[in-house]
Amino acid sequence: MKGYVKEKETQRKGMKRDAIILGITLTITIALLSIFPDKQEAVITTSWKFFIEMILILPAVMVLMGLFSVFVPKEMVVKYLGKAAGMKAVFLGILMGSLPTGPLYVAFPMASALLKKGAKISCIIAFLSAWACIKIPQEMIELRFLGPRFMVARLLLTIIFVVIMGISIERLIEWSSKKQANHGR
Amino acid sequence: MNTTAIFINVFAFGCLIFALISDRTKTKQALSVALKSFFRILPTVFIIIIFIGLLLGFVPQSQISKIIGEQAGFVGVFIIALLGVFMHIPSLISFPLAASLLKSGASVTSVAVFITTLTMISVVTLPLEIKELGRKMALLRNGISFVIAIIIGIIMGAIL
Repeated sequence: MKGYVKEKETQRKGMKRDAIILGITLTITIALLSIFPDKQEAVITTSWKFFIEMILILPAVMVLMGLFSVFVPKEMVVKYLGKAAGMKAVFLGILMGSLPTGPLYVAFPMASALLKKGAKISCIIAFLSAWACIKIPQEMIELRFLGPRFMVARLLLTIIFVVIMGISIERLIEWSSKKQANHGR
Repeated sequence: MNTTAIFINVFAFGCLIFALISDRTKTKQALSVALKSFFRILPTVFIIIIFIGLLLGFVPQSQISKIIGEQAGFVGVFIIALLGVFMHIPSLISFPLAASLLKSGASVTSVAVFITTLTMISVVTLPLEIKELGRKMALLRNGISFVIAIIIGIIMGAIL
């Protein structure tokens, strides 16, 4: 309950900060456009075009995010990933990471819980990386703005390199803790 | 409205119907979460959209492509990778921003690198990550992510 109140508090603060930054941005823009009236048309048309593109998909993306957050609760993700093993764990990590939503820092406490539960490090890294850059609602926006070729290419390359990174970090950490253990003797 | 936008909306609508059939109360909860996060992200969306307008309106394409375009070389890629590391904006918004850079003369490599470092690495949340995952794992993850971001970008530039 206390955590919930705190979360609400930080959210309100964030909202206020965003409103202030928006105000500053608007002021600067209006100032700039009145100094350079010949730029007005270009700036306004571009912004308007991006606004339309965004507003056509943003509600749908938000609905998807809301659905994932309620139907795939954090506890479930931690439960599934905690006991996965081998290469399956890495891919499950990517899959689970691409479902939930929210900024990456929300995933850190989950990753920490997974570490304590003894989940594979490769799986945790894969989970965090997928959460960061290939979440499904996020991919929808990428599809819209950068096109299918760009989205698919980046998605596949990211999966390949995230798997490699997860395994390397796991090896590196195991190797360094083994070295430390030998050193201690 | 173009096909991608229709596809996204149909997909979300389909999921919504499916959710409604399987659990009504949970779906209601999900919709309230959706509504709240929509209004939460709206100011940031406006900020980025205005920024994109200014960027495309004021900065000449030749300038952008000189810094992060096809001819810019590795220094440009490195600069935009660092920009992604230090910027802290919601990842949803990074795509319109990336698209505007692409439109104004940035190379595919630069844009892919920017998206990857922007989403995967953050200096702002690094202290929290160190606290939760330990120094070794956090630094390794961020460091290696930086390297793979550049590799992914270079391959993307080669194939697209």
